Amino acid sequence: MAKKTHVAATVNGQPVEFLCEARQSLLEVLRDVLQLTGAKEGCNNGNCGACTVLLDGLPVDSCLVLGVEAEGAQITTIEGVANDAQLHPIQQCFLEDAALQCGICTPGFIMTAKALLDRNPNPSEHEIRFQLSGNLCRCTGYDKIVRAVQDSALRMASSAATTSKAASANGGPAAVAAARSK
Amino acid sequence: MKDFEFQTATTIDEAVSLLSARGDRAKVLTGGTDLIVQLREGQREADLVVDVKKIAELMEMKYSAAAGLKLGAAVPCYRIYGDAEVSSAYPALADSARIIGGWQIQSRASVGGNLCNSSPAADSIPSLIVHAVTCQLAGPHGRRNVPVADFCTGPGKNVLGRGEILAVLEFRAPAPKSSSAYLRFIPRNEMDIAVVGAASWVQLNKAGDTIEAARVALAAVAPTPLFAADLSEWLAGKPATAETFAAAAEQARQAARPISDKRGTHDYRRHLAGVLTQRTLAIAVDRANGKQPAIH
Repeated sequence: MAKKTHVAATVNGQPVEFLCEARQSLLEVLRDVLQLTGAKEGCNNGNCGACTVLLDGLPVDSCLVLGVEAEGAQITTIEGVANDAQLHPIQQCFLEDAALQCGICTPGFIMTAKALLDRNPNPSEHEIRFQLSGNLCRCTGYDKIVRAVQDSALRMASSAATTSKAASANGGPAAVAAARSK
Repeated sequence: MKDFEFQTATTIDEAVSLLSARGDRAKVLTGGTDLIVQLREGQREADLVVDVKKIAELMEMKYSAAAGLKLGAAVPCYRIYGDAEVSSAYPALADSARIIGGWQIQSRASVGGNLCNSSPAADSIPSLIVHAVTCQLAGPHGRRNVPVADFCTGPGKNVLGRGEILAVLEFRAPAPKSSSAYLRFIPRNEMDIAVVGAASWVQLNKAGDTIEAARVALAAVAPTPLFAADLSEWLAGKPATAETFAAAAEQARQAARPISDKRGTHDYRRHLAGVLTQRTLAIAVDRANGKQPAIH
């Protein structure tokens, strides 16, 4: 039996401690040790992004992080995105815009989209496609996903402040919506 | 993945002593975006993995216009393109850091790791070569410096000896009227390995119409990233015009000695080496003249 290391981290705001072998990825620890099965194993080699979680606020492929590297880290998974029974606006927009079919890629897309919108509340379509390029979807053809992120940006902006304040001139969704409504 | 022992080093001496004891059976972990895949897929084996991200010197990015840049070998890509001063002083480096994998990879992957992985197609190495970076290595016998153009010795191979690690990448202070650019060709928009990559650095005269000095480097056209020395020397003193860039393209095609593989044929890669050399020279010249050409 391989030696296990004790690791203490914060997952979705809760302090957690776990034992893991050095060879176990953060993804394996999340799914098999902490029973958080929202992050998915797709390619297991850093191409598909289905296992994306936020590590100290940054999106990472959890299949390319060792569990032992999580010592002291703040981790957010898809399970930590909704607020009690209330879906996060990004989750709600993915549902309403039918931005998923099989759903395997969805948790990863939502985590990357959240990291993007947390930093850039009004991204252009190009910025959305560029920042989401580390997430692959084999069902939707991406258009609906991009639209869902644009709609999320609008919804988050309107709940955070007035739409006009967010409708800057960089061609982002708020600006597009403001132009449409004229 | 086969199990291995894991150690976190907090000083360079500690890392060197852990690595020296195990030789080839020990591997250095920075971002892990190559190493973890290689261990999982059996391309590399390790009894010991040493995480060096807790060594302060390896995580430091220190820039001043007078002294240049000291880039710790484990600094992840996102910190490079996220720093406006560093991006503007070394544009080719920022161009590379922005397109290595996707965002998830850039959150972890380091330029030092990209160099030590020593892929002929590595996106950051041509940019390091054209910026004439010096690699500071630390090993059991102390420190030594290696010019980055001499670092890689073959696909996946480099000059690092037993117990030796890459500590710091040293960039010269940016010269006036100088700039650089990196482009790669891939069949997708993002997230792929270069069919060919090219970086150019130029220093212009005061008027901005003549190249005083230049360096061009190519990726994925030889067993290691390639410094196009003859072409770089030829460019000195030439007018900064489209005709010069086109003539440079022909020389880059001659300098390239690629193989045919699943990513492209020999002929296609030589063609791309020319196209990308021409474009990166034009972008570097525009940037040196204070323009901001669109590159994506």
